[in-house]
Amino acid sequence: MRFMLLQTYGPTASDAPAMTEWAASDVRAHIAFQQELNERLAELGELIDAVGLAGPEAARIVTSDGRTPVVTDGPFPETKELLAGYRLVDVESWDRALEIAALVSAAPGPGGAPVQAPIEVRQVMGAPATDEL
Amino acid sequence: MTPEPEPRAIEALLREHAPRALAIVAGRYRDFDGAEDAVQEALIAAAAQWPAGLPDDPRAWLVTVASRRLVDAYRSADARRRREREAWDEREAPPADEPATGDVDDSLTLVLLCCHPALTPGAAIPLTLRAVGGLTTREIAAAFLVPEATMAQRISRAKATLRAAGGRFEPPPDDARDARTRSALHVLYLMFNEGYVASEGDDLARPDLAAEAVRLTRMLHASLPEDPEVAGLLALMLLTEARRPSRVDPAGRLVPLPAQDRTRWSPALIAEGVVLLTDAMRRGEVGEYQLQAAVAAVHDQAPTYADTDWTRIAGLYRALARLSDNPMVGLNAAVAVAMTDGIPAALEGVDAAAAALGDHHRVHAVRAHLHELAGDREQAAAEFRAAAARTANEAERRYLVAAASRLSETAREESRTISGVHVENGGSAPTP
Repeated sequence: MRFMLLQTYGPTASDAPAMTEWAASDVRAHIAFQQELNERLAELGELIDAVGLAGPEAARIVTSDGRTPVVTDGPFPETKELLAGYRLVDVESWDRALEIAALVSAAPGPGGAPVQAPIEVRQVMGAPATDEL
Repeated sequence: MTPEPEPRAIEALLREHAPRALAIVAGRYRDFDGAEDAVQEALIAAAAQWPAGLPDDPRAWLVTVASRRLVDAYRSADARRRREREAWDEREAPPADEPATGDVDDSLTLVLLCCHPALTPGAAIPLTLRAVGGLTTREIAAAFLVPEATMAQRISRAKATLRAAGGRFEPPPDDARDARTRSALHVLYLMFNEGYVASEGDDLARPDLAAEAVRLTRMLHASLPEDPEVAGLLALMLLTEARRPSRVDPAGRLVPLPAQDRTRWSPALIAEGVVLLTDAMRRGEVGEYQLQAAVAAVHDQAPTYADTDWTRIAGLYRALARLSDNPMVGLNAAVAVAMTDGIPAALEGVDAAAAALGDHHRVHAVRAHLHELAGDREQAAAEFRAAAARTANEAERRYLVAAASRLSETAREESRTISGVHVENGGSAPTP
């Protein structure tokens, strides 16, 4: 079963400030944690992809009526809803996907305390279908 | 001179000889893990070289190349491992010739090893496909829509787990044999279901897992012809495969059983499945796979959906429920119960299954179908929408969404034609 674990810029349960305000050593520890987690998931044959996105400051939003596209530059009022990054994993069960999400959520933040970011767990379409109703 | 062989012919040769070549190399070096890697490399080499001309003896070619790769791997391994290896070789010299066991026994031993209960199905399925099925890591990765590196890692983890659990390339002890066979059947059953994922477009590079599962189960049945559940599983697969040509329409849309064009079902597969099943059930040890196959056989043999022998299907599901506490059985029985005991009884059965399954898309889909049978279109549309929101299969979602909109449209039309004002379309609406 494939799952996408999504993280936004929304508020965290630990009320951690944005990462740009953390001490350099805390940022390093956080990044090292993410890399180690990716390596562990890759070793287990569970990781398909891990992607961090460039900040919302560099984001553009496009809408189009099919003729003239409208491109909106930031800053956006609702940055909190924007995606910060995701992991795509292929695991045995929902339980395992939730377990990985819990690891991601507990990534170290300022002073090494778990950030407790909310991680959205979404199954990727592709389960077996049935023709018997 | 050998004429240039067809790619499909090469593939068939590789698949045919891979398990035997692995058995020979693993037996010779007493190293399943290393031999499995070496044979995989030999298969890749063969796929590259054989199109220019087939070797006279394909199996001997694979054994030679794999043995050479394995010896190279030992040479390049670190000194500690090499010393261990030499000490081992001195103690127990490897047999120079092929082991005396036959192809059939080797395949069985391999399947039982790769489907070892220490492995989760997600690990056992790829390992079985590679070691017994002769597929390459790349092909297996494509079948599961994951990168090759991810799949390679998963297979090597599976082998490490096997090693830690003491799994070796040898027939399991007599007292474990039956449990190991059950475990293999479960893995093959899941592999078959995985193959039932409606694919997005015709990707020829993506191997057909359902066909692989059938091939491997045939192999297992050839090894264990007396085991009625092995025959039952093979029958279930064939009787399900028989309907495949009509499961999806030319536009890629899922077609449910009542709407399928039965003239397109495979009479050959149905006949083979029925003979296998009849023979298995005669042995008297009825199991879950035989009963599921029997349900499939009743569907496959009904001339039309309306002529389905629902009494027999309901009876088979009752027998299944006695063998298994899987709440899915109760859910699958619902349509047969509706046909024999009425819709209220069927809905009660669904409620009981729902208590164990929770908010599962199949619960909503079955309820939708029952409400539609009862003529309650609004309720049916609502349940179809709920099912669509919860399924993880794209083709199924498209079908469920279409069913919901078809029903809510007719429900709206009906309320207009009845009185010209809005009418609640309750359970008393006439059935067309």
